[in-house]
Parts: sequence; C-alpha cells; structure tokens
Amino acid sequence: MILVLVETDAQGATLVSREALTFARETAARLGDQPLHAAVVAPLDESMATLVMKQLGEQGVAVVHTADDERLTTYAAAAHAAAVVDAVKAGPARMLVAAGTPRGNEVLAHVATRLEVAMAANVVAVDSVEPLVVTRQVLGGSALEEMRLDDTVAVLSVAGHACDPEPAAVPTAPERVGYTPSVTDQDLVARVARTEVTVVDDTAALTGARVVVGAGRGAGGPDGFKDLLELTELLGGALGVSRVVTSLGWRPHHEQVGQTGSRIAPDLYVPCGISGAIQHWAGCQSAKTILAINTDRDAPMVTKAHYAVIGDLHEIVPAINEELRRRK
Amino acid sequence: MANVLVCVKRVPDTAGEVLLSADGLSVDARHVGYTVSPHEECAVELATQVAEATGGKATVLSVGSEDAVEQLRNALAVGCADGVLVEADADLLGPADVAAAIAGVVREREVGGLSYDLVLLGNDAADTGDFQVPVRLAYALGRPVLTGISTCEVQGDRLLARGDGPDGTEVFELPLPAVVAVMEGGVSPRYPSIPGRMKAKRAPVETIALTAPRQGSGRVRLKLPPSQPSSVEILGEGPEAAPAVVDLLTRIGVVGR
Repeated sequence: MILVLVETDAQGATLVSREALTFARETAARLGDQPLHAAVVAPLDESMATLVMKQLGEQGVAVVHTADDERLTTYAAAAHAAAVVDAVKAGPARMLVAAGTPRGNEVLAHVATRLEVAMAANVVAVDSVEPLVVTRQVLGGSALEEMRLDDTVAVLSVAGHACDPEPAAVPTAPERVGYTPSVTDQDLVARVARTEVTVVDDTAALTGARVVVGAGRGAGGPDGFKDLLELTELLGGALGVSRVVTSLGWRPHHEQVGQTGSRIAPDLYVPCGISGAIQHWAGCQSAKTILAINTDRDAPMVTKAHYAVIGDLHEIVPAINEELRRRK
Repeated sequence: MANVLVCVKRVPDTAGEVLLSADGLSVDARHVGYTVSPHEECAVELATQVAEATGGKATVLSVGSEDAVEQLRNALAVGCADGVLVEADADLLGPADVAAAIAGVVREREVGGLSYDLVLLGNDAADTGDFQVPVRLAYALGRPVLTGISTCEVQGDRLLARGDGPDGTEVFELPLPAVVAVMEGGVSPRYPSIPGRMKAKRAPVETIALTAPRQGSGRVRLKLPPSQPSSVEILGEGPEAAPAVVDLLTRIGVVGR
C-alpha cells in the first residue's frame, strides 16, 4: 500500500495534503492498483474527524490510520515520526508520501532516518515505477533532479502545488483504524513548549491567499508600502515581499515569498518593483496569473509574467487604487 | 560555556540563469561563483553569538572540495575561531553521507577533549534541498533536533529556540547537547571587518579525508525546466494603465463586475 501523511488545519485536511493524496493515488494506480492509506498523526475531535474522513474518502483513501495520543497534540517531529513509522510497518507500506511543507519534510526526514532509507524531497513527478525514478525540485526550483529511490519503503515529499487536488473517480468510505503510537519520552524532548501568536497576517494567510500583492526593492524603503497595502486590502489579498525587502528589514521575514520564504499559488500575483531573481521565482511560479509592475521591461519578472505595466509602482499603484475605489 | 559547530556548504551562486555540466550531473558554476545558503549565513551568525555570550568557541565545518576553504574563511572572518574541511566530492554524497561525515568530526573532537554542545546547520542546502542532514546528524549523535529555527540562545545547559510555525512563533526549550537547523529571518549576518579578515587568513583549518562509507544521493541526472518563451502582454505605461489593469482584474474575476 501507499501511505500518505495528512496534515490538518481548521479546514480539515490541508490543501497541500490533498494534493499529495492525488499525487499518491495516481502513483498507486501505476504501481498496479496499490491501496491508498492515510495517516493522521494528532488527536481529532469528532466533528473534525468526520470532516477529514469525508475529504479523504473524496480522494479515494481505503484506510485512515489515526494515532490517538494526547501527547501528539503539541507538535514534536520525532514523536510524529514514531507514529508514522508505526503506520508504515502496519501496512507494510511500499511508499510513504507527505506534502513538502516544513513539517512534512521534517517528519519524513525523521522517518527515513529511523527506517534507514533514502528520502526524496519536493518531488514533482514520478518518471518510472520500476525502477522508481522521481523528478524533484533542486536549486530552489530553478533546476530539476531525476533521483532513483531503491529502498522499500520509498519516502518522498510532494512539492507544494505540483498538482491540483482532484477527487477520485469513485469516492470511498474509508475505514478508520485508531492506534496507540509507540512514542517514547525521548521523542518528546524537542516538542513545542509554547506558541506566541504575534502576527495577524501570518504565513498561512499568505500561502492560502487568492490574491497576493508583491513588493520588492522598488518599494524604496520601509515607508514605501502604504499604497501596496491599500491595494492588498482593496483586492482582499495578502502582501508578499522579495528577499531583499526582508533582508533590509523593511518588512518581517514571514512575508517573504521565495526559496527561503513561502511558496504561494494564488489566482493572481501582482509583483511590484520585483526584478524576479530565481530565489523569488521559486516561490511564486505557481500563481495562475501574474501581473508585473516594473520600471524595467526586460526584468525577468516582466518577461515571465502574463501581463505587465511598465513604470514606477509609486505612480501606478495609487492610480489602480483610485480606479478600484471609483468603480466600487 | 558552550562550544558550537556550524556547518556550511559551498554552492553555486545561482541568482540568475542556471547552466548544467555536459554530463548533466552537476551545475556549471564557472561563470557565477560560489556562496553559501542564506540560512547558513544566519547559522554562522547565531554560532558566533552563542560562543560570544557563553565564552565558548565556534568552529565552522564544511564537507566539500578543497575550494570550500573559501566559505570556511568567510565564516572565520565573522567570528568563528577555527575551521574543519572534510574533503570529498560533495556531488557524490547523499544526506546520510554528509551527516555521517559531520558526526565523525564531532565524535573525534570529543575524544580529543572538545565537545560541541550545539551543532548548527542551515535548514536545507541551497542546491540539493534535501531537508535531511540536520535530522540524520542528530540521530547519528543521539541528540534532539529542531528545524526551522530563527533565533536561539544557550541558558546554562539548556537551549531556548524560536521559529515560525503554522500558528505563530513556536518556542522550544530543550537540554543540550542538541542539533539545530537554522532558517533565515531571525538574525542579520554581520559583515566581516578588516581585522576579522586578517584573523581569518591565519585561523587554523584542519583538513580531513572522508573515510565514511558512501550511500550516494540517488542522482540520475539534473535537468532544466522547459523554458517558456515570454508571452507577456504589456497593458500600458505609467498611471494611465490603471483602467486597463482594473479591466483585467474584472475579467479574471478578482474584482466584482
């Protein structure tokens, strides 16, 4: 069977976990109709469990392994990995898949180490199943690597937005198998002691936004964001910035889009004053439509965009804001 | 007093276009130069801060070719006291090999009387992006590990660390020794001073040949994503383009009709 580690948030199974399920389901079909199992590692209350089981049924999951242990409520990668290893062995799974999120990659790295197998991070495609060769993102997505995975179990994370979460042709009513994971005290040493909720517009808001307004060096300084924030608000979106902006301390790091920041996949991305270095492109290339605003019509961000306006963002953005207000 | 080992990787500086070698097994970096990941620059800064705050020593380590001494000297110029080069062809190594090589150095130095309370690494290498070396290293050493950490400080025999989580800033408190993977964003790497650069030239760098068995990276080949010809539609120039922009936003359904 193929096992998928499913992460949850307030909306149930996360978007990227559902993408990973679709990816795994298509791979399972190529491996000769392997059954698709899911592992949910954290106690779920009843209403959440009902929602998650329904979402996993839409993805064609046959069995959901739920690690019911209060000690997993607080995140500790080693403890979550211990619970995943239990589910892998119960199968036994021939492939373990997770979303390529910070936690997905972290837990998989623990699992792969515990099972003494290789792991492929940020996979975008399965090239062949016998032998198993996958293509994954390297160099922040500016190059791809074909990698062979000879171990059983094959451990891989799926790059965010590598595929759309398509429902299965035939939905299932998954069987729920609860189990007590073999978590030790040592596995809990590096758990989250507490969470400080300091920001309203956090990273999650950025990665899930339908519209993202981007700002780069062209903003000019820490005071250059007023019009951009107004445009963000008028479009009901989130602000994302380039690495230059966070490095210079103009905006906080959690707003960074790119290889060392967040990956976004909005319907519309409006990068303003961003030249479009590979580091940034790695984080925004999944946007459906890109409208670049830049003084340089030869900037990579402009040539890679679908639409562009050439000129100074400090003149163009206020004009767009005014036009938006006028038409409301 | 806390001694810190910080690990850096020499990688091609691919801010612009990426070229591959003729055999497709590595990046051709002859025309772009080399650097380390921003995560690692922050790890070096944190290593220096912890060593300064506790009166300990910061050592910088790299697994790579002899050219990686350049990256070691850069870290020595901003506060690390000594360097270790584990000489190997990094392109042939997988994350388990790199972790084993680092673990070997930590153990050898411990036998020699220098124990590293904290090992810092970047969250993921800028080139291979495996997200595994810190975790595999921690298991090899039997230590707890944190990833995605922005700031950390040593308080006696404990570590206090912070990182961005899905619901806000996550705080960790754990006993030393530990392994920590650092994420950019918590500290600003300092610039080297002239005396710092002078000191770096004289600082000791020990070179060790890699003896650990090789598991490999599984790499078949590298390839470049298909290049898309530019199909950008220029909506206009300057503020006069605003109506065309709002027309577009309406057309794609981002604003109401």
